Amino acid sequence: MALEPFLRERLARKPLLVMTHVVCGHPSFEDNLRALEVMAEFDVDMVELQFPFSEPSADGPRFVRANQLAIEQGVHTRDCLAFLARAAQRFPFKLLMMGYYNTVFKMGEARFVEQLAAAGGSGMIIPDLPLDEAGELRRLAAERDIDPILLMAPTNTDARLARLGEAARGFVYAVARKGVTGGKTAMDEALDVFIARCRRATRVPIGVGFGVSSRADMEFLRGRADIAIIGTAALAAWEAAGEAGLRDFLAELLGAPQGQGA
Amino acid sequence: MSARCRRPSPMSVFDFPPGREGYYGAYGGCFLPEILTSTIEELRECFRACKADPAFWREYVEVMQSYSGRPTPVTYLDNLSRHLGGARIYVKREDLNHTGSHKINNVMGQGLLCKRLGKTRVIAETGAGQHGFATATMAARFGLECKIYMGAVDVARQRPNVFWMENLGAEVVAVEDGQRTLKDAINECLRDWVTNMADTHYVLGTACGPHPFPEMVSYFQSLIGSESREQIQRLCGRLPDRVYACVGGGSNAIGIFQGFLDDEGVELVGCEAGGLGPGPGGHASRLAYRDASLGVAQGYKTYFLQNEDGNMLETHSIAAGLDYIGINPILAHLWEQGRVRFEAATDDEVREALRLVMRSEGLIPALESTHAFARAIAEAPTMARDDIILINQSGRGDKDIFTVADAIEDRAWKAFIRTKAEQYGA
Repeated sequence: MALEPFLRERLARKPLLVMTHVVCGHPSFEDNLRALEVMAEFDVDMVELQFPFSEPSADGPRFVRANQLAIEQGVHTRDCLAFLARAAQRFPFKLLMMGYYNTVFKMGEARFVEQLAAAGGSGMIIPDLPLDEAGELRRLAAERDIDPILLMAPTNTDARLARLGEAARGFVYAVARKGVTGGKTAMDEALDVFIARCRRATRVPIGVGFGVSSRADMEFLRGRADIAIIGTAALAAWEAAGEAGLRDFLAELLGAPQGQGA
Repeated sequence: MSARCRRPSPMSVFDFPPGREGYYGAYGGCFLPEILTSTIEELRECFRACKADPAFWREYVEVMQSYSGRPTPVTYLDNLSRHLGGARIYVKREDLNHTGSHKINNVMGQGLLCKRLGKTRVIAETGAGQHGFATATMAARFGLECKIYMGAVDVARQRPNVFWMENLGAEVVAVEDGQRTLKDAINECLRDWVTNMADTHYVLGTACGPHPFPEMVSYFQSLIGSESREQIQRLCGRLPDRVYACVGGGSNAIGIFQGFLDDEGVELVGCEAGGLGPGPGGHASRLAYRDASLGVAQGYKTYFLQNEDGNMLETHSIAAGLDYIGINPILAHLWEQGRVRFEAATDDEVREALRLVMRSEGLIPALESTHAFARAIAEAPTMARDDIILINQSGRGDKDIFTVADAIEDRAWKAFIRTKAEQYGA
């Protein structure tokens, strides 16, 4: 099933969906797999698999380090695609490639989309590829039912949001604040206003990310956004206390596990 | 206003076809996160307005004359020319700028632009420290808050520039990510900028990165080329046969080359860091050696030293300011068009060339600029005696005293440092 209908179906029975994040090969692919199992226990709806890149200039310190360690361990694009294929066989949630454009460009857009589709990926989140440069990749992706996820930012003008909203497929990733990933976001009126601006600009579901890390954040987003996007905080939990740390973190955030596991 | 102060006329290379703004052939573009879309648009608009305003250029030239000592002279190197027995060698003296390099040209221009933008804070990356030094100077002069990001490796090898930046009132941050050199400092600037764009202008130091930076930096550096063209004609009665410039990011090179782009008889030679010689990881040569490939990183498309996954390779150069993974997209295009020839000079050739230039002419070029000298020295003997070479001495080398003293194993210097350390330790 394509991404948007899949999200719509889930939104009919859950008020706020969840997308989580792992950095491929960090600390190892075995750890990634165990993290995904925990995420499945909590019935998360989507997971972004970050393909490590040497210049992750939109990421904060924790993800920067994770990218660097993964590369040092010899994680290649082909390993990330193989892992994605393995995860897609095993878990009910949707999987998206997250990474930087050079990873796609170096392999060749057509070949990358082909391999991502063959592996069972549903979308791509590429923060350094603006809509204006994404024409050919979007065309190739549409042919293979891959959704290139567009980001919306609080600094965007209404005209720009409208253009992004028109072009959006799958869902929109609304960046809750200025800055890089990780760190704290004030869940306040300004964010409320921004989410409402995004909502007016598009008809696809809206995910909110950057700094979502507590139960209070989830409560704030419920009724405002469609998807809570949880990145750095989950990695911090895993790095602090492994599987148990991630389970405790997700239980605190989402309540007791509801999923079937794997 | 004299001819050499003339505003750069729109050249074909900056005359973008419809829908290809910011592209030089296949290279360039603007690849930034959505959060910066409005900021970069605001910068594009402001730069466009500055270009259209003769008063802006006039103010810029006045600042460069009164504050930085422009126009910098062209010096004939008689001893070196005779010693090599070939072409006559002339040098454009960008080392005589305030702060000791061509970097100040771009920085003062962007400083004026920053004031127009109404921003109160500047950030900059720096490799060798010359751009950071120049930015800290500009910020002090214009009353701006200033933060400089510098790779921890470069902080360790360029302490004198760090000292000056801090004393000029800038905060210097040692970047510990990645290879801890120039590219990592650029990433850190982008991270600062996505957070603080409301009051902050990013003073990018070279003609790389997202549009409009390559064009804007080239615009300000074009002073070098327009002055040189007039000066060499006055001195020699004609244009040079070859112009040599070192290429890290490529701002001094595009600066001087712009003076001669339309002169078909002038051969333009870009000199990259050959480091330890060809082969991945041992140099920072993107075009002269064949270890680089097309990629998109740090906001633009160009040749990068990268592996098959698109992750960047280690780079190496004796000169911190040339130690960079990517290359000016305008130069990549001019190289592809056959307009600029690319060569590399190894660390060893650079050490030799520096010794020769110091002894024969009493000049101390920066290790970066010495790459241009090294290629000119290699080629001059094969040229005729009435041929003319022009070298861009982009910076002065006294900042490199620690590196140079190491490179030539100067015992007296090492003894001095030991004594000094003992004094501090006591």
